Amino acid sequence: MQSVDLNSVKSFRCPSNYFFTSVGKKLVMGISGLVWAGFVMGHMAGNMLMFISPGAYNSYGHALTSGGLIYVVETVLLTALSIHVFFAVWLTVDNRRARGSQGYALSQKGSKGASIASRTMAAQGSLILAFIIFHLITFKFGPVYETTVNGVQMRDLHRLMVEVFQQPGYFAWYVFCLVLLGVHLRHGISSIFQSLGVLNSNNQATFQKVGIVYAIVVSLGFLSQPISVFLSR
Amino acid sequence: MKDHTLKLKLKVWRQASSKTLGRFVEYEASEVSTHSSFLEMIDQVNEGLIKKGEEPITFDHDCREGICGSCGFMINGEAHGPLKGTTVCQLHMRNFKDGETLTIEPWRAQAFPIIKDLMVDRSAFDRIIAKGGYISVDTGNAPDANSLPVPKPDADDAFMSAACIACGACVASCKNASAMLFVSAKVNHLSLLPQGGVERPERVHSMVAQMDAEGFGACTSTGSCSASCPKEISLSNIAKLNRELLFSALTRRQAPSGDGV
Repeated sequence: MQSVDLNSVKSFRCPSNYFFTSVGKKLVMGISGLVWAGFVMGHMAGNMLMFISPGAYNSYGHALTSGGLIYVVETVLLTALSIHVFFAVWLTVDNRRARGSQGYALSQKGSKGASIASRTMAAQGSLILAFIIFHLITFKFGPVYETTVNGVQMRDLHRLMVEVFQQPGYFAWYVFCLVLLGVHLRHGISSIFQSLGVLNSNNQATFQKVGIVYAIVVSLGFLSQPISVFLSR
Repeated sequence: MKDHTLKLKLKVWRQASSKTLGRFVEYEASEVSTHSSFLEMIDQVNEGLIKKGEEPITFDHDCREGICGSCGFMINGEAHGPLKGTTVCQLHMRNFKDGETLTIEPWRAQAFPIIKDLMVDRSAFDRIIAKGGYISVDTGNAPDANSLPVPKPDADDAFMSAACIACGACVASCKNASAMLFVSAKVNHLSLLPQGGVERPERVHSMVAQMDAEGFGACTSTGSCSASCPKEISLSNIAKLNRELLFSALTRRQAPSGDGV
């Protein structure tokens, strides 16, 4: 009796090789994406302190950056981002090769078509990466203003934030990128459950909704910040 | 349904072999009965071509009942045409309008090289099946009814997955030319049943390894595959495949050397 041929998959046996299969690569994308999905939710929620007072916002920023924890968090985020980008490029190259050079004369539409959000994840990701770099240049490595809150000297990030978001160019770029982040999260969050394998036919619709709600909360939450600053010019 | 005939303009991909370049050629299909199937419409065009001494359009077909998985091509950019849950052989011309232009193309994917015109080489699917899409352990004679209990949800799930006819529409419609829907359907169909459970960890490993070796892309969960599937195989099969492979990678035992598992 012929059995399943195991010899052909010898190079595949080591558990680490799992992550280099088309299935494993997706899991890596999902987990590294999940790290950032969690981060953007926390970042958005923390920044909401700007609506309490400039002092609360600055004290929050000061508390985050003083102490060693920031280095741990930054390392985790930078690692997750590097992995996410590396595997995204790898998968995109593989997928384009699999599709082949000869495209279809007409593309799918109607009920058999896929959403634009799901088809353009690579382009969205590239723009978001550019946004992250510019965002760090603008704020983390931007001008340092000093302020004193409750007798403690700290960086006046609130002043910088107000100055930035009052400029129409910056404001428009932020609005565009935050909407894009929402679109990326909308497909990304639901796909994570698919890649992790927790999805089944009963909970499929629920996880789709989780993706939509999560994306809307993060995107609208973030958007409220530049919009309120810009409108109060 | 009104019984009348259609006149259509067809733009068909013609390619003599995998080694030559292809191009679109326009044909006119007149006197097409709305009761005929899409393949019968092409048969009609081909009869005209043969009469004129031209090469007929080559396309794959067999049962023409929507169950064998032989037929399939893109109609206006959609796998098996505009209707959901239908193969081209079961797609009737009443779904099209008089005077319409239809662009007909073969499945396109690196792993599905074109043999001729609309016919592609899908032997990559056969090679994936050969890596574990069957049960090789001795399961004995047919057991007494109900002596081998299978939970109803599992039986239903296995049956839904077994409905896959391996036509290749999932690969053709996926922007990554991924074969995940096909492979996941085959893996789940067998893994959910007691006889198939024995080789479960090896099966998913071997089939995924072959799928990758054939040059199919990865899944980006766009859902095009399931939407285009004539058997409406659920996208959740891919989640199950992901789970199966992860468990397999974590728990699979080293197979002893030599033949057999």
